[in-house]
Amino acid sequence: MIDQMLAASPNLMNTFLFFTIAAAFLMVILGFVTYAILAERKVLGFMQMRVGPNRVGGRWGLLQTVADVLKLLIKEDTIPKLADRPLFILAPVLAFTPAFLVLVVIPFSENLKFADLGIGLLYYIAISGITTIGILTAGWASNNKYALLGGMRSAAQMISYEIPLVMSVIGVVLLTGSLNLNEIVAAQENWAFIFIQPVAFIIFLIASIAELNRTPFDLPEAESELVAGYHVEFSGFRWAFFMLAEYVYLFAMASLTTVLFLGGWQPIPFLGFIPGIVWFALKFILIVFIMIWIRGTLPRLRADQLMSFGWKVLLPLALANIFLTAIIKELINSF
Amino acid sequence: MIRTEEMLLNVGPQHPSTHGVFRIVLKIDGEQIVEATPVIGYLHRGTEKLAEDLQYTQIIPYTDRMDYLAAMTNNYVICHAVETMMDLEVPERAEYLRVLVMELGRIASHLVWFGTYLLDIGAMSPFLYAFREREVIINLLNEISGGRLTFNYMRVGGVKWDAPEGWIDKVRDFVPYMREQLAGYHDLVTGNEIFLARVKGIGKYTKEEALAYSLSGANLRCTGVKWDLRKDEPYSIYDRFDFDIPAREEGDAWSRYQCRMAEIEEALKIIEQAVEQFPDEGKIMAKVPRIIKPPAGETYVRIESPRGEIGCYIASKGKKEPYRLKFRRPSFYNLQILPKLLKGENISNLIAILGGVDIVLGEVDG
Repeated sequence: MIDQMLAASPNLMNTFLFFTIAAAFLMVILGFVTYAILAERKVLGFMQMRVGPNRVGGRWGLLQTVADVLKLLIKEDTIPKLADRPLFILAPVLAFTPAFLVLVVIPFSENLKFADLGIGLLYYIAISGITTIGILTAGWASNNKYALLGGMRSAAQMISYEIPLVMSVIGVVLLTGSLNLNEIVAAQENWAFIFIQPVAFIIFLIASIAELNRTPFDLPEAESELVAGYHVEFSGFRWAFFMLAEYVYLFAMASLTTVLFLGGWQPIPFLGFIPGIVWFALKFILIVFIMIWIRGTLPRLRADQLMSFGWKVLLPLALANIFLTAIIKELINSF
Repeated sequence: MIRTEEMLLNVGPQHPSTHGVFRIVLKIDGEQIVEATPVIGYLHRGTEKLAEDLQYTQIIPYTDRMDYLAAMTNNYVICHAVETMMDLEVPERAEYLRVLVMELGRIASHLVWFGTYLLDIGAMSPFLYAFREREVIINLLNEISGGRLTFNYMRVGGVKWDAPEGWIDKVRDFVPYMREQLAGYHDLVTGNEIFLARVKGIGKYTKEEALAYSLSGANLRCTGVKWDLRKDEPYSIYDRFDFDIPAREEGDAWSRYQCRMAEIEEALKIIEQAVEQFPDEGKIMAKVPRIIKPPAGETYVRIESPRGEIGCYIASKGKKEPYRLKFRRPSFYNLQILPKLLKGENISNLIAILGGVDIVLGEVDG
């Protein structure tokens, strides 16, 4: 259906339908964010022998995040006197818009996809890079030393980890011969790339956690060092936008990992009768759970250790992986 | 040409990792610390001055509020000082109870340190695990003294309350439980590569420096000096127990961590033996006059608190209040080496070093 609509002429009906679907999808994402935050708190609570939220919305705390968001909405919007006002207002928007933009290219199932870009993967990586600018802007505009340090750390970290992230994916791209995410999923019909490209998967997972600023790479907002990092001066809904961006990126990154390495909507053999979207959701939830699990387990790296790990360990590994993949592919092709 | 500037960064007093209301003014170049100036006094309550107008028994609750993580040792040091002045013989049962609660307090204090230290360097879960075990200890101490944090348990000449029925058995059961959990901590944290990378070689000083700065406790023992007053100047009944003084050679945050974790084990050994030797009956208070009036003169006693050497100096004029009272508060002395350690370090290391020193601001500020 979406395929046809993408090709159809832009008449009023089509435009309306498209906006309806997009709005529905937005609701799905916001719903995910709401419950991802709850799930994170519940899973962490379970790992730390606590109960987690259990008051608002029954014993599972189902409305806890909703209540939190409501509270943020009615909070006073404060902007520090000495802050750079236009940039301060712009920063959350800069950080959070790309988070939604990247979702366009991700194929959630055979039928549910929004854009069939030939350079889907490149688009994702290029757009997600913009968030760094938002965070750096936030750090600079707050006119706060902690925020500035957090912003600088974040810029350094995101640039350093974007490179191994991209490099690790090139192995997959070499095997598929395409940057189109649909084709990458289609290429995993028999074997998911996690089995063919295990090294790339591990590098990708580590780099994506670093991209998401999550433990053990949560230096930009290291609570115990920089108090809150780049968003220390933000309050109310501006702050909520940063949090929203963070969790939407979690959604996007977990989706991308599913698509690139776990075969997207492709079912496990003999279980093809279960619809593709369920498979996607299962794999996706697994990745999200792993990320929460890591957060509950590991301490934080130091800034310089983080840098040297990215440049001296992950990048050479990723390059070696590309090299080997290329050689093996050539050898297989020539025999 | 890039122009760079040094920047003043104010850490604290309401920063999450300064363990209370400690403030430190940093001069930083990027993330490199050029100079660090600690500022203390935000929790100063003038305990020593207040004590000059109080009777000796009334001073005891004030000591609870100095090192509030190991209040039992603070209770003990003032009682011990007065007992030394008055030449009092403390009943055996009371001494055993004192040792038990002090060693339990030592474990509780080290558990808080372990949890918050890991929290400082970014691991969230160990904090909650450590506090689960601490809760068991706090409940035990609550049962015997009626307080969870400020116990006010000891008196000059003995202790206020006898152990309730079954308390000793609960302490006996606690020892294997704690050992099991401690093994779990080692599995979770001690071998973790990221943790090792964060603490190994961080905040290093030598034996000579440690002695010159008059450090004590694990901060001294991590440099290889086996100095523990429980062994070297036995007070109470510590000479009856068989235990080791854990020491390491490296003098960095990692060896301080190892020392403290080993001290938990040694404290468990002491508790185990004390429970075995615990007298079935006996008095818990010596014969003490209703109003305590130590003879005129001066005395100084020192004991080993979880944080180091805690001392109490009393100058008495034979009245019911001390003429002058002074506590040697180990956290205060241990903190002195901080500016030296921080010079040239990274901001992330600031947290790892400050946390490793194990300070309690109530004690630093007095």
